[in-house]
Amino acid sequence: MIAALGRWLTDRLGLDTFRELAEHKRVPVHRHSFWYYWGGMTLFLFGVQVVTGILLLLYYRASADEAYESVRFIMAQVSFGWLIRSIHSWSANLMIGAAMIHMFSAFLLKSYRAPREMTWLSGMALLGLVFAFGFSGYLLPWNQLAFFATKVGTDIAGALPVVGHFILVFLRGGENITGGTLTRFFGFHVAVLPAIVTVILGLHLYLVQRHGMSVPPSVEEAQAKPGAPPPRMMKFVPNFALRDAVGWLAALGVLALLAALFPWELGRKADPYAPAPAGIRPEWYFAWMFQTLRMLPSKILGLEGELVGILGITVAGLGWAAVPFLDDPKGRGQRARLWTWIGVVAIVYIIVFTWLTYRDVKP
Amino acid sequence: MKRREFFDWLIGISGTVLGGFVLYPVARYLVPPPTPEAATRRVIAAKKDELQPGSFKTFPFGGQPGILIRTADGEYRAFTAVCTHLGCTVQYRGENKTIWCACHNGTYNLEGANVSGPPPRPLERFDVHVAGDLIMVEKAKGA
Repeated sequence: MIAALGRWLTDRLGLDTFRELAEHKRVPVHRHSFWYYWGGMTLFLFGVQVVTGILLLLYYRASADEAYESVRFIMAQVSFGWLIRSIHSWSANLMIGAAMIHMFSAFLLKSYRAPREMTWLSGMALLGLVFAFGFSGYLLPWNQLAFFATKVGTDIAGALPVVGHFILVFLRGGENITGGTLTRFFGFHVAVLPAIVTVILGLHLYLVQRHGMSVPPSVEEAQAKPGAPPPRMMKFVPNFALRDAVGWLAALGVLALLAALFPWELGRKADPYAPAPAGIRPEWYFAWMFQTLRMLPSKILGLEGELVGILGITVAGLGWAAVPFLDDPKGRGQRARLWTWIGVVAIVYIIVFTWLTYRDVKP
Repeated sequence: MKRREFFDWLIGISGTVLGGFVLYPVARYLVPPPTPEAATRRVIAAKKDELQPGSFKTFPFGGQPGILIRTADGEYRAFTAVCTHLGCTVQYRGENKTIWCACHNGTYNLEGANVSGPPPRPLERFDVHVAGDLIMVEKAKGA
């Protein structure tokens, strides 16, 4: 009976194509294969975000008068509400961490080389969207930290030349942070961003299937030497998928542990006229930018320091995204060590400046 | 131009125009209407005995926060509380007599001048009047 139903569905849905795809998909095995798991890990944590986000939607109310109270209601009154919200918050942080590890490993292993430029670009777009999810979601509890994080974040966008003020007004829904901003951010967080992510994630996954896993240049060179053993491969289903599943199970355990031991705080309700509290700092993934802006003097070469900082970070981000076209532009397949060093410097910069934030600014 | 090429061109142009007609109202809808700037020039910021020397309070002033400071010698001073760096709301630190922004560690002196950290400009200063039992804060003349 079940077999007959399976055949019926296979005929109508063309499931053979997917079965064949799964059977033939192989993953290269070498000393850097560990880094292949981080894309799947990011995807798993995104799935956790979707599920817990939908659950939170059942009780959350997106208005300045009710948002804070509704989150407090979720945390204090709804059965396991504290768990769902804490997992949503922790998973957001772990997802951003996994996405950053995935991005940096792809950078250092030069996975962006031809023909995977579009895979890299779509990945960078997804990373930007993940940050946008973090930024828009942060305001939704309508607490004091969220209020100032949004104020600073939108002011940073507003400082951009020419388009800055337009972006600021568009994001805030006016000149100031109000209930209208909260409604907008809610719309971005639960409708606009998920719709865009669905399209770009689909493209990213399609490109990964189309081009297969990238093998780092050092491994390629070793494999090309005369007498080298043939490249080792692993079946995606079930071998790699099961290893993926072990990682996801571990992530679920870590999430449960973090949520149980460190439930996400709600803080104080936003007051648009209260001073920014001492010790205010952004989430860890924005800390390096925060520290950079904090340390810049008010004037640099006659320009406002914040403008120089924001433009510098913007140019660096665009250069980072354009690395497939900057590294080895002549297409000789040579390994440009310069870009590896740039990657290492970027990682060290982010780590050091994040540490400085946590050293200097204590709540 | 062949007939097929002409129709390809015509369909392309028509599609673009139609797309413009659809997207224009959507794009306009996304931009919030301008809200007229609050014409507030004068507000009641506090009651006379509300602030002890060396303390401060923030208050709404035309949709933005303002800060009223009572210095150690009892004098009142008022400024916009919006930091000129990235818009956080500042506070007064009585122990070192500075106006401080917690967001990026910017400081201003009691004249409102930016003295350290990233703020690029001074805070706008307001006039303070004591009227009976009330402390009135008013935009400086010419501001």
